[in-house]
Amino acid sequence: MIKVNMINYKVAYKIFVISLAIIIAITIGAVIIIAVGGNVFETYWIIISMPFRNFRSFCEVLTRMIPLTIIALGICVSSRCGINNIGAEGQMYMGIISACAMAFFLQGVPRVFAIPVCILTGALFGGVYGFIPGFLKAKLDVSELLSTVMLNYAASQFYKFCIRIPLRDPNDTTGTPMSARLPENTLLSKFVRGTSLHSGIILAVILVVFIYILLFKTTWGYKMRASGASARAAKYGGINVSKYLIIAMVISGACAGMAGSVELMGVQARAMENITSGYGFSGIVVALFATLHPLAVIPAAFFFGILLYSQVNLQILSSVPPNLVETIQGVIILIIVSLQMVISSPYSLERFRKRFFKNQIKEIKEVK
Amino acid sequence: MADIIINTLTFTVRFSVALLIASMGEMFNQKAGIFNLGCEGIMSMGAFLGMLVPFTVGGAGIVPWYVNISGLLLASICGCLLGLLFGLVVITFRAPQGIAGIGMQMFGVGLAGTLFRSYIGGQQSISGIEAVSIPVLSNIPVLGKILFTHNPVVYLAYLLVPLAWFILYKTPWGLKIRAVGTYPRAADSLGINVNLIRFQSLMVGGAMAGFAGAFLSLCQAKQFSAGMINGRGFIAVALVYFGQWHPTKILLGALLFTFAESLQRQVQIFGQSFPYEFLAMFPYLLVISVLTFNRKSNKLGPSALGKPFNREMRI
Amino acid sequence: MSEFIKELRVEHITKRFPGILASDDISLSVGEHEILALVGENGAGKTTLMNIIMGLYQQDEGHIYINDKEVHFKTPNDAFSAGIGMVHQQYMLVPNMTVLENVALGLKDCWKKTVDLNMVEERIKLISEKYGLVVDPKAYIWQLSVGEQQRVELVKTLCQGVRFLILDEPTSALTPQETDELILLLRKMSNELSIIFISHKLNEVKAISHKVCILRHGKVVFEGNTSDYSSKEIAALMTGHEIEITENTDDSTTGDTALEISDLCVKSDRGFLALDNFSLAVKFGEIMGISGVSGNGQKELAEAINGLRKVESGSIIFKNKNITGKSPFDIINLGMGYIPEERNIEGIVPSMSIKDNIILKDSEKNMFSNKHILKNKSIEEYTEKMVKQFDIRTPSIQTAAGSLSGGNIQKVILAREINRNPDFLVCVYPIRGLDMGAAEFVHKQLLDLKYKGKGILLISEELEEIMNICDRIAVIFKGKIQKVLSRKEATTSRLGVLMAGVSEDD
Repeated sequence: MIKVNMINYKVAYKIFVISLAIIIAITIGAVIIIAVGGNVFETYWIIISMPFRNFRSFCEVLTRMIPLTIIALGICVSSRCGINNIGAEGQMYMGIISACAMAFFLQGVPRVFAIPVCILTGALFGGVYGFIPGFLKAKLDVSELLSTVMLNYAASQFYKFCIRIPLRDPNDTTGTPMSARLPENTLLSKFVRGTSLHSGIILAVILVVFIYILLFKTTWGYKMRASGASARAAKYGGINVSKYLIIAMVISGACAGMAGSVELMGVQARAMENITSGYGFSGIVVALFATLHPLAVIPAAFFFGILLYSQVNLQILSSVPPNLVETIQGVIILIIVSLQMVISSPYSLERFRKRFFKNQIKEIKEVK
Repeated sequence: MADIIINTLTFTVRFSVALLIASMGEMFNQKAGIFNLGCEGIMSMGAFLGMLVPFTVGGAGIVPWYVNISGLLLASICGCLLGLLFGLVVITFRAPQGIAGIGMQMFGVGLAGTLFRSYIGGQQSISGIEAVSIPVLSNIPVLGKILFTHNPVVYLAYLLVPLAWFILYKTPWGLKIRAVGTYPRAADSLGINVNLIRFQSLMVGGAMAGFAGAFLSLCQAKQFSAGMINGRGFIAVALVYFGQWHPTKILLGALLFTFAESLQRQVQIFGQSFPYEFLAMFPYLLVISVLTFNRKSNKLGPSALGKPFNREMRI
Repeated sequence: MSEFIKELRVEHITKRFPGILASDDISLSVGEHEILALVGENGAGKTTLMNIIMGLYQQDEGHIYINDKEVHFKTPNDAFSAGIGMVHQQYMLVPNMTVLENVALGLKDCWKKTVDLNMVEERIKLISEKYGLVVDPKAYIWQLSVGEQQRVELVKTLCQGVRFLILDEPTSALTPQETDELILLLRKMSNELSIIFISHKLNEVKAISHKVCILRHGKVVFEGNTSDYSSKEIAALMTGHEIEITENTDDSTTGDTALEISDLCVKSDRGFLALDNFSLAVKFGEIMGISGVSGNGQKELAEAINGLRKVESGSIIFKNKNITGKSPFDIINLGMGYIPEERNIEGIVPSMSIKDNIILKDSEKNMFSNKHILKNKSIEEYTEKMVKQFDIRTPSIQTAAGSLSGGNIQKVILAREINRNPDFLVCVYPIRGLDMGAAEFVHKQLLDLKYKGKGILLISEELEEIMNICDRIAVIFKGKIQKVLSRKEATTSRLGVLMAGVSEDD
C-alpha cells in the first residue's frame, strides 16, 4: 500500500511538470499569435486539423517526417556521445550537392545501382563534413557548438556557388540559380501513388532500427554512451573517447547528408535555394523532444512534421506568418531543456510532495 | 587601389561596431560563467525593434533624432528581457547552456521574423542614423576618412572598450563577476549572491546584444530582413574566446574579422568574375581556424564557464 | 563592529537533504576564548552543521543563539556581521585573482565606486603583523603553495573582523610540521577568539582543544572536556565501536619485479614537472605504499602508470614490457587495475546503471559480447553475482551507480577491478570518505590480492592506513622518492619528517 502511494506522488509530479510545460508552450504561442493579430483558436486549429483532413495531407506530414527522422537519429548518436551537432544543416547541404553531382554522373545507370550510390554519396560527404568539427573537438578541444555553426554558413555559401555555376541548369530561363532536374533513374519512386510520400520512408524506418541497435545493443554504442555520460570515467575505463567522439560525429553527419540526398531525390528533384527548409535545426528539436531515444524519434518527428506542414497552411489560410513555427521550435527547446532539469531535481520533487502530498511517506532510505 | 584600401579600412571601423558591442556584452556573460549562444537571437530581435520604431513613426522618411534613439533603447530593453529569459532557463533551471542557446537563437530569429512580417511586411528601408563628418578632423588626408566620418554610435561603441575594462577590473561589480565566473563557491562563501550576479551580467550582455542588433538595422543596413544577423551573434561569441576575455583583445579580434569581411566586399565590387561565395565563406572559416589555433588558457579564463551553480551539490 | 561573542549556542538543529538526514537534533555551545573540537568520521555532518551556522544552508528545525539572543542567518553576510567567519576545507580562493582581490571580495567596506585596494592592503598588513601571517598581497593565488593559500584564507577571514572562527579540517593538506605551526598559532589566537576546529585527527584534537564534541550520523554522541579523555576513548566514541584494524601479517615478497619505474618525468596540469626523475620498483605479492602530502605528484604518478598522462621522459616497465606511452586500453588489457582518486567521476559513469559500470573495461570480452553485440543476459547474471559477492547495497542492478553511497560505489569499482583478475593494482586514496566498515572491507580485499601474489601500489594520505597494510612505504616529496622504508622501520614521526622534505642523511 505504501509502495503504491510512493509511486503516486512521483508520477503525479511528472504529470504536473509536463502539463505545466505544455500549458506554458501553448500560452507563449498564443501570445505571439495575438501580437501579430491572428486568431488563436483558428491558428491552432489549422495546425492540428489540417494534416487529418484527407489522406494526401497526412502523407505530406509523413513526407516531412522522413528527413526529420533521419537527422534526429544522427543527433541522437552525437548527443549521446556528448557532442552537440548543430551542423546538421551544413551537412545536409553537403549531402545534397554531392548526391546531385553523382546523380548527373550516373545518368542511364540502372536504378537499383544508381539510387543507393547517390544516397551513400550524400552520406559520405555529410559524414566528412561531420568529421571536421568532430576531429577539431576531439583533438584540439575546439567548441563544436561554434565550429558546426560556422560550417553551416560556409556550407550554405558553397552550396549557393555550386547551383549558380558548376551545377547550374543549362536550360534555365528564369535566372534563379538551381540545378537541372535529376535524371529519372535517380529519383525515388512514390510510396503511395498520388501523394508526396516517397519510398525514402523505408530507409527512415530501417535507420531507426539500425541506430537503436547500434546505440543500445552493441559495444560501440555502449562505449559512445559511456563517453557521453562521463568522458573522464570512460577514459579511465580504457575507452578511446576521442575516437568514439569522431565516429559519432561522422555518423551524425552521414545521417544529415543522407537526409539531404533523400529529400533531393524524393521531393525536390533538383537542387535549389533554401532546399533544407531548416530541417537541420528542426532535427535537433526532434531529437531533444525524443529524449535522444531512437524509437521515440518516430512520434517526435510526427509531431514536428505536423508543425512544419502547418507552415504551408498558415500561409494560405491565415494571416499568421509561417515564421511562427520557428519561434515555437525555439520555445520548445527552451522548455524541454528546463523541463529535464526540473523533473530530475529531487528538491523540487520534495517541495511538490510537501505541498500536495503531505501525508504520503517519504521514499524509504537505501537499505543499510 | 588606394581607394580599395581606404574604403576597406573605413568600413572596418564602421562595421566592426555591431560585433564589438555584441562581444563586449558576451564577454560580461562569459566572465560571469554563462555561455550565451542565444546572442544571435537577441541581436535579431534588437535589429527588428531598432527598425520598427522609426519605421512606424516616419516610414522611409527622416525622423527626429530621439525616435532613432528610442529605437536603440527599446532594442536594449528587449535584449535585457531576453537575457533574463535565458537566465531563467540556464540559471534557475540549470539547463545545459549550449543547447539552450540554440533554442534562444531560434526563438529570437523566429520571433523577429514573425513580427517583421506582420508589422513591416516586406523589404522596407528607413533613413536611420546618418554618419557625421567631424569638422576639421575629417579633413585629415586618408586618416580623416577612415576615422572621423562615422555615425555617432560608432564613437560611442569605441568608448565602450575602456569602459568595460574599467567596470571589470576596477569596480566591485566587476570583481564579483570575475569571482562568480571562476570559482562561484568562493564567492558564495563570502555572501555574494552568485545567481544574482549572473542574472545581472546576462541582462547587461543581453542589452548590449540588442543594441548591437539595432545598430545593424538603424545605422548600417537601414533596413531589416529575417536573416540579416547572418551568424554575427555566433562570431561575437567566438571573438570572446579569441580575445581571451579581455576587452582590448576582443576589440582587436572584432577589427580583424570586420577587416576580412570588408575586404571581401570590396573584392566583390571590383572583381565580379571571382566566385564571391568563396569570399563570403572566408570570415566563417577564419573563425574556425582562429578557434583552432588560439585555444583558451586554463589559468586565466573563467573556469566555471558553462557550469550551473548549485550550492548543495557537493561533488 | 559587532559585540563580543560570549557564547554561541545551537539548539536542536535538524537539516535534511533529499534522501539524507545530515543533521539530526544537534545542540552544542561554545564560550568565549574557547576552542571546541568537532570530530567525527567523514559524512557525519560536521560541515553541514558549520554551513548552517554560516548561513549557507538553512536549518529545517532548530535555533541559533548568540549571547542568548536568537539570530537568523540568511546569508554568510549575516554571519560575518555577527563576527563569525569560516575557513573551508576546500580553500575558497579564486585562482586567477590576486591575494588583494580575494580579500577585497569579502570586504564590503572597500566597495566604493571602485574597489579601494589600498585600504585592503593596509588591512592585510595589520592582520599579518598581529598574527605573524606573512602573505604577498600582489601574488596570484595559482602561484601559491597549499600552505600559503591557507595563510591567505586565514588572513581573508580575519580581515573581516571575526571574533569567532570556524576551521574545517585545516590540516588535511599540510605536512606534520606545518600542522604544528598552525596549532601554535591557533593557541595564540584563542586569547582573542573563540574557535571551532573540525578534524578527525585525534592527536590534533588533544593538542589544541578545550572541549570536544563528537558527531556520528548527524547526531551528537558525546560532549566533554578534552583533557578528561584519552585519544583511544575518543576514537572509540567516534566510530561507535572499538577500532578493529586490518593488518598485514605476511611480509614475504618473494616475487619478481612487477612494476619498474625509472627516471620518470611527468608534467602537471599547470605545466611544471610533477614527477621529476621518479624511480620505484614494486614486486609481485607486495603492497607498496606511497605516502606524502597531497599535491606532490601522487595523482600524476597514478595517471602516468595507467597511460592517462603524457610521459615526458623515463620508462615504466610492467611485467617486463615497456608500457610507456601506451594507451589506457592496452595497459588495462596487460593486466593493470586502477582504483582512481575521484570515484564519482573517474571510477564510475554516474548516470549509467551498475550493470553498465561493471562491464566498463571489458565490454569487448567474449563473456559480455559476441562480435560487438552485447550479451545482455550474461551481463546481468554476472552483475547479480558481483552484487552478492561484494555485498553492494542497491535496489537493483539497473540503478544508476551515481545514486549509491560512497562505500557502495567503491564496492562497484572493486568488484570490477578485482574480478578482472589484474596482476597489478594502483589504488589512490581508496578509503577516503568511507566509514570504518567500508574501509575495512577495502583493506581486506587488498590484502587478499596480495596473498594471491599480485602487486599493489597504494597511494594514501592516511599514515595509519599505510603503516597497517603496506609491506614497504615510499615517501614522495616534490615528485621524487625521499626514501623507501620497510613497515617495521616506519614510524609516524619518521614519515612526517620525510614528508616535509627533510632528508634523513643530513
